[in-house]
Amino acid sequence: MRIGVPRESKPGERKVAATPKTVEQLIKLGYDVSVQADAGAGASFDDAAYEAAGATIAGEDVWDRDIILKINPPDPAEVALLQAGQTVIGLLAPAFDPDLVEALSQRGVTALAMDAVPRISRAQSLDVLSSMANIGGYRAVIEAANEFGSFFTGQVTAAGKVPPAKVLVVGAGVAGLAAIGTAGSLGAIVRAFDARPEVAEQVESMGAEFLAIDVEDSGPSASGYAKEMGEDFNRKAAELYAEQVKDVDIVITTALIPGKPAPRLITEEMVATMKPGSVVVDMAASNGGNVAGSVADERVVTDNGVTILGYTDLPGRLPTQASQLFGTNLVNLLKLLTPEKNGEMVLDLDDPVVRGMTVVDRGEVMWPPPPVQVSAAPAPTPAPIPAEPVPAKAPMSDGRKLGLIAVAAALFLGLSAVSPEPFLGHFMVFALAVVIGFYVIGNVHHALHTPLMSVTNAISGIILVGALLQVGHGDWVTVLAFIAILVASINVFGGFTVTARMLRMFRREDSIR
Amino acid sequence: MISLTLVQGSYIVAALLFIAALAGLSRHESARMGNRYGIFGMAIALVFTVAAAVIGVNGLGDANDRSGSGLTGFALIVAAMAIGGAIGIWRARRVEMTGMPELIAMLHSFVGLAAVLVGWNSSYETDVPYPAIHDAEVFIGVFIGAVTFTGSIVAYLKLSGRIKSAPMMLPAHNAVNLGIIVVSVVMTVVYVAMPHDDTMVRQSLLFAMTLLALFLGWHLVASIGGGDMPVVVSMLNSYSGWAAAAAGFLLSNDLLIITGALVGSSGAYLSYIMCQAMNRSFLSVIAGGFGVEAGTVSSDVDYGEHREISAEGAAELLSSARSVVITPGYGMAVAQAQYPVAELTRQLRDRGVDVRFGIHPVAGRLPGHMNVLLAEAKVPYDVVLEMDEINDDFPETDVVLVIGANDTVNPAAIDEPNSPIAGMPVLNVWDAKDVIVFKRSMATGYAGVQNPLFFKDNTQMLFGDAKERVEDILKAL
Repeated sequence: MRIGVPRESKPGERKVAATPKTVEQLIKLGYDVSVQADAGAGASFDDAAYEAAGATIAGEDVWDRDIILKINPPDPAEVALLQAGQTVIGLLAPAFDPDLVEALSQRGVTALAMDAVPRISRAQSLDVLSSMANIGGYRAVIEAANEFGSFFTGQVTAAGKVPPAKVLVVGAGVAGLAAIGTAGSLGAIVRAFDARPEVAEQVESMGAEFLAIDVEDSGPSASGYAKEMGEDFNRKAAELYAEQVKDVDIVITTALIPGKPAPRLITEEMVATMKPGSVVVDMAASNGGNVAGSVADERVVTDNGVTILGYTDLPGRLPTQASQLFGTNLVNLLKLLTPEKNGEMVLDLDDPVVRGMTVVDRGEVMWPPPPVQVSAAPAPTPAPIPAEPVPAKAPMSDGRKLGLIAVAAALFLGLSAVSPEPFLGHFMVFALAVVIGFYVIGNVHHALHTPLMSVTNAISGIILVGALLQVGHGDWVTVLAFIAILVASINVFGGFTVTARMLRMFRREDSIR
Repeated sequence: MISLTLVQGSYIVAALLFIAALAGLSRHESARMGNRYGIFGMAIALVFTVAAAVIGVNGLGDANDRSGSGLTGFALIVAAMAIGGAIGIWRARRVEMTGMPELIAMLHSFVGLAAVLVGWNSSYETDVPYPAIHDAEVFIGVFIGAVTFTGSIVAYLKLSGRIKSAPMMLPAHNAVNLGIIVVSVVMTVVYVAMPHDDTMVRQSLLFAMTLLALFLGWHLVASIGGGDMPVVVSMLNSYSGWAAAAAGFLLSNDLLIITGALVGSSGAYLSYIMCQAMNRSFLSVIAGGFGVEAGTVSSDVDYGEHREISAEGAAELLSSARSVVITPGYGMAVAQAQYPVAELTRQLRDRGVDVRFGIHPVAGRLPGHMNVLLAEAKVPYDVVLEMDEINDDFPETDVVLVIGANDTVNPAAIDEPNSPIAGMPVLNVWDAKDVIVFKRSMATGYAGVQNPLFFKDNTQMLFGDAKERVEDILKAL
């Protein structure tokens, strides 16, 4: 089958749905790839690079290929170019744009929405929302740093001390975590808040402080995204924001609820209490914004000198990286759809991942898909039945220990009463040697356990001594003693030699270099 | 004639040198010196014993004198030692480091065999001061020696892959083992009580007991699976020590007793460490059958699907990492991947990547096996760390390479109380940012337990022969 990658028509869009690298991977899957001339120009991929990767450069005719890979939803003019039997893959936002779904079904095409990938572990490699959110979170910090009039990191210089910037990240999804990581690596003090208490660990693993509020009933939603929260929770969260925004220099909000307008988290009054020069990046501006006063795609400066950035194209501001990640997500999707690697796409609607993404199948509207249960959220599974509680070994009480020792001692004393004197002498030697053995071996370095075994092997060949003394005391005895000497000698000589060989190999780093 | 006290003096010196040898092994720096102490001690003991054996001993009072075996004896001794020594040195020089477990198991069997032979020889001696004690010592010495002998041979065959390493399960195998021990005890009592002139019956009794003990050794180890081999090998190490000590009692030889006790307690201590590392009791290992009674309860849990990565992808991940931890297992030894792994370590370290190794105590088939393999491939020992030393560092680690390990990196040991390996200390590799698992297929490890690690979001699988895959990564770097 042939794949076409058209130039994105949306004004200002610099991303492209395939890069030379992903083109190569698509060709490996058996596809024939055409890229529209100048499609990758905005992302610094020139046509020659695509040709070198094996693609052909096409004009408007790129639209008649069997599979069309796009970033943005096709505009009406592009929809008109589609023919029945073609497949369109890209961001389609089927929940927000029923007209587009309708139009696509009328053209009789198959449409797969990359933004409708179910959130299950297996589908992570094709989840463009995650990969774009990751870039967006990074860029949000960079944009904030660009507007912010001071360092992020604290310094002590000859010209005085610089305090570190304080950053508040609201929403610890993929974008939020990326923002936390980026701000942290620039040296800022990062705090984060999320309605889902179970992400606290992830936040802390990124080096930020998790701001907790204590409310009951805040379980994760079954879809893996955040859901709208209760009254009590919202009130306490608002108190937290009001208190935090006075203190921090940068606020980054990432709270999005799928299919709903973004929740208003930071009110006008809160913005009014912020320090002049503070920066707010509202990553939810496209859905109405988390912050009062934010305008999609605009930079707004309030009366008290707070800059509010409502850019919605944050991933697009890193077009090269975004194209590469988006393209790789597409390659992973096509890997899933091309099990034979023969360039023939198979749409297996029994696969929940494929079913979830399929918006239109040969003209038939498939949206919305049946809900997919996410296995990622660990909470819903009932606590494992404690089939057999691992028996906790109760340490022996001192009294019992003493008792056992007394019994053993009594037994031994009874035995020794009837033992001949030389035997006890030997037994004394034996007992002391065992004790010495335990103490000496306890100190042996773990890494030297194999040499230890071969050395003990060698010295246990000392049994040779016994056999030596038996030679010449009768024919049979001599024969057996001869064999015993022979095998024990193998131990003695072999054991020491192999130990020496092993120990020669253990070297410190400085003696190797 | 050589004075008996002189011989005994040499034994005291030798015993002290042996203790010094084991003490020397506590640190890498002193380990080589330790081995030399051992050789020195052995040489002293042998020189004086050979002299005593050949020219006779002048004891305290004429009754204790022993005549020497003369020139013929000397020739025989030299011939036996020359042959044995030549075989030993030849094997020791040729053995591959991956074959160390087999060699060690083989060497154990020799001690066992020698103990059996010495015991038999001793049973011919008639004029002993305490016949009852002597008889009991003969029986105990031969019993331990015989168990060590066949047990080690089975261990050797299993380790070298000549017989299947899966546990052999006879019905009521525990009862069989116990029965043999009880019968042997009864036979010992009968033997001790029997009058000494009944030579024929006495010898057949000894012979029958030897056969029983040989069977016990075989059966004991045959019912233990391949993954428990570190415990088995150290257990046999311990037995070989006790066999030598028993021979020492038999011959009233303190050097044998001391050495045997040292070796015996050393092996016992190692077995104890291994058992702790698997969170199992010594008895349950010896009784055999990992997971047989526990069942694989958790195997039908659906952990989702795993993700694959290519060697190129792995190389990319590695070259952008700041710290890398490699956790090898027996699979690395099987694939002979230690050389490419060492080369990978060198290249990454030259690029400034902090590469370290995390070794689980039961990785490999012998205590410390992985350390020897890595040392052979010239990985400096100061970057090879123990589980306890490295477990806290995983959260700060960028990439973990799991090469040929499975159960020792299984999070089920911590998360799933019903898992057969629950409670076993494991390497917490999943705390790292990325984990790459080298594996031949998705098959389960030795314990037959599915590994949820493979399905974690930060884990990627690199399928194929570990050696070839590491070489692919080297090429891609």
